[in-house]
Amino acid sequence: METSRLPLEQLEQKFTEIKPPMSRREASIEATRCLYCYDAPCIAACPTSIDVPTFIKKIATENVTGAAVTILEANLMGATCSRVCPVEELCEGACVLGSDHKPIEIGRLQRYATDHLYQKGIMPFVPAPANGKRVAIVGAGPAGLTCAGELAKLGYEATVFEKSQLPGGLSTYGIVVMREPIQVSLDEVDFIRQLGVEVRTGVEIGSDLQPDDLLRDYDAVFVAAGMGHVPDLDIPGEDLTGVTEALSFIAETKLAERDGLERLASIPIGRTVVVIGAGNTAIDAATIAKRLGSERVVIVYRRGEREMPAYEFEYAFIKNEGVEFRFLSQPIEILGEKGNVTGIRCVAMELTEAGHDGRRASRPLPGSEFVLPCDQVIKAIGQEKHLALYRSFGLELERGYVKVDEQFHTTNPKVFAGGDCIRHTGEAMTVTATEDGKRAAKSIHSWLENADAE
Amino acid sequence: MADLRIDFAGIRSPNPFWLASAPPTNSAYQVNKAFEQGWGGAVWKTIGAPVLNVSSRYGGFEYNGEKLVAINNVELISDRPLDTNLKEIREVKSLWPDRAVIVSAMVESDPKAWKDIISQIEDTGADAIELNYGCPHGMSERGMGSAVGQVPEYCSMITSWAAEAASIPVIVKLTPNVTDITKPAEAALSGGADALSLINTINSIIGVDLDDFHLKPNVGGKGSHGGYAGPAVKPIALHMLSSVAGLEGVQRDGIPISGMGGIQTWRDAAEFLLLGATSLQVCTAVMHYGFRLIDDLCDGLSNWLDEKGITSVEEIIGASVPRISSFGDFDLSYKTVARIDPELCIHCNLCYIACDEGAHQCIDLMVDGEKIDPSSYQGATKAIPVVREDDCVGCNLCSLVCPVDSCISMVEVDSGRKAVTWNELTRKRPGVLDWDEMKRYREEVGIKIH
Repeated sequence: METSRLPLEQLEQKFTEIKPPMSRREASIEATRCLYCYDAPCIAACPTSIDVPTFIKKIATENVTGAAVTILEANLMGATCSRVCPVEELCEGACVLGSDHKPIEIGRLQRYATDHLYQKGIMPFVPAPANGKRVAIVGAGPAGLTCAGELAKLGYEATVFEKSQLPGGLSTYGIVVMREPIQVSLDEVDFIRQLGVEVRTGVEIGSDLQPDDLLRDYDAVFVAAGMGHVPDLDIPGEDLTGVTEALSFIAETKLAERDGLERLASIPIGRTVVVIGAGNTAIDAATIAKRLGSERVVIVYRRGEREMPAYEFEYAFIKNEGVEFRFLSQPIEILGEKGNVTGIRCVAMELTEAGHDGRRASRPLPGSEFVLPCDQVIKAIGQEKHLALYRSFGLELERGYVKVDEQFHTTNPKVFAGGDCIRHTGEAMTVTATEDGKRAAKSIHSWLENADAE
Repeated sequence: MADLRIDFAGIRSPNPFWLASAPPTNSAYQVNKAFEQGWGGAVWKTIGAPVLNVSSRYGGFEYNGEKLVAINNVELISDRPLDTNLKEIREVKSLWPDRAVIVSAMVESDPKAWKDIISQIEDTGADAIELNYGCPHGMSERGMGSAVGQVPEYCSMITSWAAEAASIPVIVKLTPNVTDITKPAEAALSGGADALSLINTINSIIGVDLDDFHLKPNVGGKGSHGGYAGPAVKPIALHMLSSVAGLEGVQRDGIPISGMGGIQTWRDAAEFLLLGATSLQVCTAVMHYGFRLIDDLCDGLSNWLDEKGITSVEEIIGASVPRISSFGDFDLSYKTVARIDPELCIHCNLCYIACDEGAHQCIDLMVDGEKIDPSSYQGATKAIPVVREDDCVGCNLCSLVCPVDSCISMVEVDSGRKAVTWNELTRKRPGVLDWDEMKRYREEVGIKIH
């Protein structure tokens, strides 16, 4: 592995947001193209029900502040969602213009409006007077921050506990720089803080503070702890230098980019990098490796092209980046010399019949082993669950995720949960986590009001 | 390729497109360049009384990101010395004998002043003179331009001075800043005008700057009305053209009209021709995009004529004039209803909300054959807008807001009533001017208003 594979100028170009911001005129012309549908399908397609035609019309009239407020009223993570949402599958996919010509660029317009608000430092919301009630939120990702922000608007004293050094969850650490620079996430956190929310970072529940402390000191708790690190492969060679996991790798580049290009260039990167897994995180890690200057990046996936969980547009994007794919290949050993990775041994797989989930699994073909020489291996095979944390709150689980009812209420009467830690079905997206946080805040509010009434 | 040549009061030009008297015809340099690119004629920027111009001069009307949907200006007539203009006009005309070179003029209201300027213009070899009765700013305050055009008596008097002095055709350019354009038009004809041109610019204030509250354009902290022109004025120009083209005197004597006001494309041009214009003048479009527009103006017009099987542009001049009517002569029994093609519908629901809140509440949103309440409906399934034809008044609004071509068509249906116009009805049955009798009449013929 080597540092500084690329000159700084190239690195800067490769780590700039892929989609450029819109100019005033570009936004205005695009906003004008919106038909302003009545009861628009894009609203229904947005998990947070942003009133898209209304905010776009406001951009068209140059009421950009008003547009941002329309967005944030429905979605406090509007700036992140504008960058990371799979808009092709959501609002833009539902746009009525899609069938005829091309859909409105809703994501970029949303970014134009929210960026404007943060750049101007405008705080449009006035929180209700303090109601004397306290809610603890575990995890400062999109679900936790949204819940805290919505509760603060209602007059609650909301405190968010985050074990990492920086708040923002995956927006801060997990979304690649080219899709969301770290500052966007931190600006969003600042906005939540300005609503009166206290965000305490570097505090881990279960070690720095105990669940019982929260249950004792707060009227309710919202668990939005997300997911953990990428699990081990449980194959020989995993402890070699050059083996890393995707989320830490992406997080390192996020922090480095914030500290400057020299810091980014100082990240060691392999000449040939193998990424294991084919989800969106694997795609992100492969993109980063390629853009840091790796000569060859290969994604190794045990199932076939059709079974890969990454979005179609992500797959199209990564192929353009020059990343190679080895489908139907299962790593069985990481090879090394003098403690460093030198290759990965895989076995070829064949697809089996579709299982009950409709996806075809795969099984090894005997005698089909092969070696891919490489000097770095990045694991991206899903995320671990924070089982110990859930159990310490006494929460019932469902397939390893926190079990909640429609009101996001867990089996512990004082505890609500939302975000990726409850998402045992459907896609884990920032926008769904945000909606969980918003709806959980409403549930907590009505639960506490009912408790008062009784 | 269709024949685009025209004969306008004896002035021949290879196509009907002339540059209007305005900044694009300020100099020989510009007019030569325009003729090289194919313009059929040019009306030289108005010459006459000495003036001084100001800065800035133009304000733009931008609509939905589209620049210069209209322009307004406080620029005056030519500020170049009279001798320079006359010399250049002579040069241009001798270089381009096949093009129409017309000189716009405006001098103080004095017979001698008009006589002098006309003789100077005729000396250049120009084909015609256009009397500028339209300029609504700067000159009007000095008793010229629209100050003349707005008073039929002055209009007639000055035209007669010019007509007496001139041996070449006199065209009178009318101002739209009047209540009834036919009055100054008739006055000009009674004064001996050989032809008319219209419209000049419309009085306007283009806007106010929301940052500093200044009017636009800002002339050193002050603003004033200016002349409004460009695509946005076309419907007003078409109306005034139709009023003048339908005048008895114009029809009887075959008075040619030069039409202008918002012509930017060959389609605009065709509409002006159909409503009675023989030549067409263009200014704002050229100020926006340059002389090169002439290519598509001619090419598009010619292709359209070819497709229609029409060999000469002269055949369509005034072809729609016989269809100009008035409300009192419309057939009250004629009925159309809106039909929505569900296959083409893209589910924007714009027709629904337009009809419900802006018209006659006759479109329902249906899901699986059931009418739904849109206020509680969340757009997840795709509703189909359906017209209740019995209640549809055929107003067109839904078809106008529909973003999909031919998704909503207005279809003629049998109203079951005998043809009758308002004029005929009120003549035969004057009682309908009273509500009780009107109600009886409606019941008799089966007119329901829901």
